[in-house]
Amino acid sequence: MIRIDAVTKRYPDGTVAVDRLSLEIPDRAITVLVGPSGCGKTTTLRMINRMVEPTEGSILLDGQDIRQQPVNTLRRSMGYVIQNAGLFPHRTILDNIATVPRLLGRSRRQARDRAAELMERVGLDTALAKRYPYQLSGGQQQRVGVARALAADPPVLLMDEPFSAVDPVVRKQLQDELLRIQEELGKTIVFVTHDIDEAIKLGTRVAVLRTGGRLAQYAPPAELLSAPADAFVEDFLGADRGIRRLSFFPSADLELQTAPLVRADADAGTLAARATAVPYLLVTDPDGRPLGWSEPGRLTAGAVDREQLLDYGRPFVPGTDSLRAALDGAVLSPTGWAVAVDGEGRAVGVVSQQVIGEAIRAAHGRVAERAGEAAGR
Amino acid sequence: MNVLDFARAFFGDGAHWHGYDGIPTRFAEHIGYCLEALAIAAAIGLPVGLLTGHTGRGGNALAFLATAGRALPSFGLLVLMFIWIGLGLLPVMIPLVVLAVPPILVTTYEAVRSVDPSPVDAARGMGMPETRVLFQVEVPVALPLILSGLRTAAVQIVSTATIAAYVSLGGLGRYIIDGLYQKDYEKVVGGATLVAGLALVTLAVFWAVSRLAVSPGVRRGGRG
Repeated sequence: MIRIDAVTKRYPDGTVAVDRLSLEIPDRAITVLVGPSGCGKTTTLRMINRMVEPTEGSILLDGQDIRQQPVNTLRRSMGYVIQNAGLFPHRTILDNIATVPRLLGRSRRQARDRAAELMERVGLDTALAKRYPYQLSGGQQQRVGVARALAADPPVLLMDEPFSAVDPVVRKQLQDELLRIQEELGKTIVFVTHDIDEAIKLGTRVAVLRTGGRLAQYAPPAELLSAPADAFVEDFLGADRGIRRLSFFPSADLELQTAPLVRADADAGTLAARATAVPYLLVTDPDGRPLGWSEPGRLTAGAVDREQLLDYGRPFVPGTDSLRAALDGAVLSPTGWAVAVDGEGRAVGVVSQQVIGEAIRAAHGRVAERAGEAAGR
Repeated sequence: MNVLDFARAFFGDGAHWHGYDGIPTRFAEHIGYCLEALAIAAAIGLPVGLLTGHTGRGGNALAFLATAGRALPSFGLLVLMFIWIGLGLLPVMIPLVVLAVPPILVTTYEAVRSVDPSPVDAARGMGMPETRVLFQVEVPVALPLILSGLRTAAVQIVSTATIAAYVSLGGLGRYIIDGLYQKDYEKVVGGATLVAGLALVTLAVFWAVSRLAVSPGVRRGGRG
């Protein structure tokens, strides 16, 4: 555990970057520091590997003051990823990744073997090993940056706005990749960003800092969304926090209806039987993949006109996707019903906005109950 | 007679190809002076440039020294040193070194200082000691510019080393000065051609060195 204890950073000109900040950063989780520019989040991160020395207060790593070991020993035990990756332009990708193992005295061969292993882990084609950084895209460079930070298998990973310089599509890929790697490796990650959505997506816990380097709130992301500590945090979270909070509620418990599912090649009898039960039917192909909605009366057995079907919006995968995806699907669908599919894209049922709304209320109720229990203890 | 005829007559004369005043001897002497002056200038300019560039301090003082150094006329300095010290290699080396240090020093300082700060920050953050940050990150990245400073200095030394002949030393300047004195223009043109040729060879050598020493990852970066 990293314990930041009443740390202040004051510069000679009197500016206070971090003001009596205390934070407990749990092991094997992603802790995100987020806030507007000038809130001291990067300074805080850089104090953990002593790139910046605090003016007051102390930082403990597993109970020991970080100043007790030589600064370079400390830094080699912490992976460090920065914005724009900061790769060494004169070294190949492989040698970039091998840097810290080499610093720790591994042989060139061992270090390169390890580097090749890391390339695969972060999703880089090993054919890129002999290339130089300028030959890689921004997203690839950032993956190299992550691989380089992981090369010596440090328990701690410090990431300073690592994904903010890449385009939104690549950023999402890198975020998903980081979550996957974290699932496998379980590092203690401290992640700095100014993007609250990134913080909510990646963080196990999120520390919101305000200008002047003071802590505004430190909580798991769902709690941040449901109970912002003050107007500043609420404002920083931005619009739609109610909707965004739905990301933390699972869709697995939604009661699906299978009655409205009908295959395009269904016979007249089946069509007639289904027609009485529901206002709309979801027509699927012979494999069960959704094609579109139709009013029962408009369907003729054996002659389904695909052009006549209504768009079915965006389907969600129960269990994998959240209530937010389910609600989004229902809102997008002209019929007001969301389509649930399995991993292969085959329709497994449909669910109405009303049912989703009830599920949301139930989920809120459960959260309130847990909060009440926690308060009662 | 035009310049080409002079040159042809000079290089065609077999007497110019051997003996203590022959082309090989004078060439070797000239190269000897140049290498010595460049080595001394590099021994002063490189460490100071690397250190100030790495720490980012002392830039103003450097700019002042460099301007002062460039403003000093080499020939005047030579005469002054000759009067002061007397005959020998030292009065020649001083103006050559004074001439060569500013381009080496200033370019090295600028080269190291202008290295992209993010790889340097990353290197430090990974626990690289400062000397390694300098020699394994900053210098390799700054190398094309550092070499260009050395190249400028070397070419200036090659052409200016002719002044050695004024104080009774050898080198290719002998031909120019003796030729002017004897009104032997074949010699003057021949000597000048050799100096110009050596300057071109110097450029070629530096081009080859930078091909070999500069990483392909940096060469592409648009600085070499």
